[in-house]
Amino acid sequence: MSETHVVLRDVTRVYPAGALGRDVHALGPITLHLNKGEFFAVVGPSGCGKSTLLDLIAGLAPASAGTVEFEGRRIAGEVPDGVGVVFQEDASFPWLTVADNIAFGLREAHVDASELRNRLNHALDLMGLRDFANAYPAQLSGGMRQRVCIARTLVLRPRLILLDEPFGALDQQTRLLMGDELLRLWRDTGATVLLITHALDEAAMLADRIGVMSSRPGRILEIVETRWPRDRDSQIVSEPSFGEITGRLWRLLRGESLKALGKSAGQS
Amino acid sequence: MSRATSYRLLLVAASVLLLECLCRAGVIDHLTMQPPSEMARDLVVLLASGSMNRAMLKTLTNVVIAAALAVAFGIAFAVAIHGYRAARQGLEPLFATYYAIPVYAFYPMFIILFGLGDLPQILIGFMLAVVAVIVSTLNGLDRVSRVLMKTARIYRFGSVKTALTITLLSAAPYLLTGVKLAVAYAFIGVIGAEFIMSRTGIGYEISFAYNNFDNKIMYPLILLILIVSVAVNSALSQWEQVLMRRRSKS
Repeated sequence: MSETHVVLRDVTRVYPAGALGRDVHALGPITLHLNKGEFFAVVGPSGCGKSTLLDLIAGLAPASAGTVEFEGRRIAGEVPDGVGVVFQEDASFPWLTVADNIAFGLREAHVDASELRNRLNHALDLMGLRDFANAYPAQLSGGMRQRVCIARTLVLRPRLILLDEPFGALDQQTRLLMGDELLRLWRDTGATVLLITHALDEAAMLADRIGVMSSRPGRILEIVETRWPRDRDSQIVSEPSFGEITGRLWRLLRGESLKALGKSAGQS
Repeated sequence: MSRATSYRLLLVAASVLLLECLCRAGVIDHLTMQPPSEMARDLVVLLASGSMNRAMLKTLTNVVIAAALAVAFGIAFAVAIHGYRAARQGLEPLFATYYAIPVYAFYPMFIILFGLGDLPQILIGFMLAVVAVIVSTLNGLDRVSRVLMKTARIYRFGSVKTALTITLLSAAPYLLTGVKLAVAYAFIGVIGAEFIMSRTGIGYEISFAYNNFDNKIMYPLILLILIVSVAVNSALSQWEQVLMRRRSKS
């Protein structure tokens, strides 16, 4: 029996009335359990509240109703210890070198010098950034900058890794290769991973389970189990069942995506 | 050296040469202006004599104090009001019109309040410099990406820690622009104030020399101010360029 790591119970998120003069019901109610050490992906149409869901689990935004728990403790207005987040946007610090970016959190946590060096060297090797340790982020490609951000998160050894479309800005080949790296890191660290993505093939390749969300207000329509072995890589895209999974995801999502598109078209 | 820098230096050299020729040819008479070469020679003599050391020390100290206070207060104030929309909406129109106010007009009031010492001169330098720092800092803070602010929350930083560790460093090139302006305005404020409300300092010495038609003192001191302010500005610009180079996508 898998140990539950993250629990969401009847969680909703409503943004208070802004210039439009009415509240925006962005998400929920959602009830969801993430098992310890699993790779869970969330897919859904644009604007369905995927990133809002991540913000709620990370403690970056409060739930309007319901509760979010991580390791049995309620998340209340602060990012809990043991949670690492990688965003879609480049979050590297442009004033620090690659090595200093990666070591940033370790220094803030006052990790001792030899341990810091060990973790930094391991991360540089793992992410293929050894030759760029003294470069500044501006001197790197988008994919490498994203690797810096992933490394900066992983050196802190988070027990829960939240990824908000981390490969969104990358080309397809790089995404597949980064996916392989991510799977390797997931296996090595044993962390629970929640991946937010709009790419159905990415979710089908990486995740153990995939939560399919409805259009706004986002709810979990169905959870699809991939049943991939833990020791997998991007070569599974050639498996017949990979096509079945992505096909199933698209069947679930097509209507919701059209609904989201229709709403946008109607509003514009 | 870049082509633009070469052109810039060439333009300055040509202007100095033209001035030298006009002075030597008598187009500009000697009572009005010395040739630049004489200014440079007299400046060396003046510096070697040490007669202006106290005045220089006093002026430069006051400039440094005024600029440092403006930078420290300006950055702290900008950080404090940055997140408060109502405060910014109220203050930003005032900042926009601030330099329309002739600060020197307040000098009689400053003399009444603070006497003829250094304080009113520093205050004028500070007043001229501080708003430039506030505006530059706010400009830089507005450009800090939201994802960096989220990252600060991931590390569970408080507002002061976020400012010192992330936002101010992210906005550093804009802060440096503010520092450059602060130094320039502090020079203008302090030396201008010395003209009208001081018995010491380079501004006072220039004013005294001017009233006594002493070009051998006045022009070398003007040249000294030019050299010091250009040198400080160039050093800060170099630093700014290093920061910008690190951040510009290659």
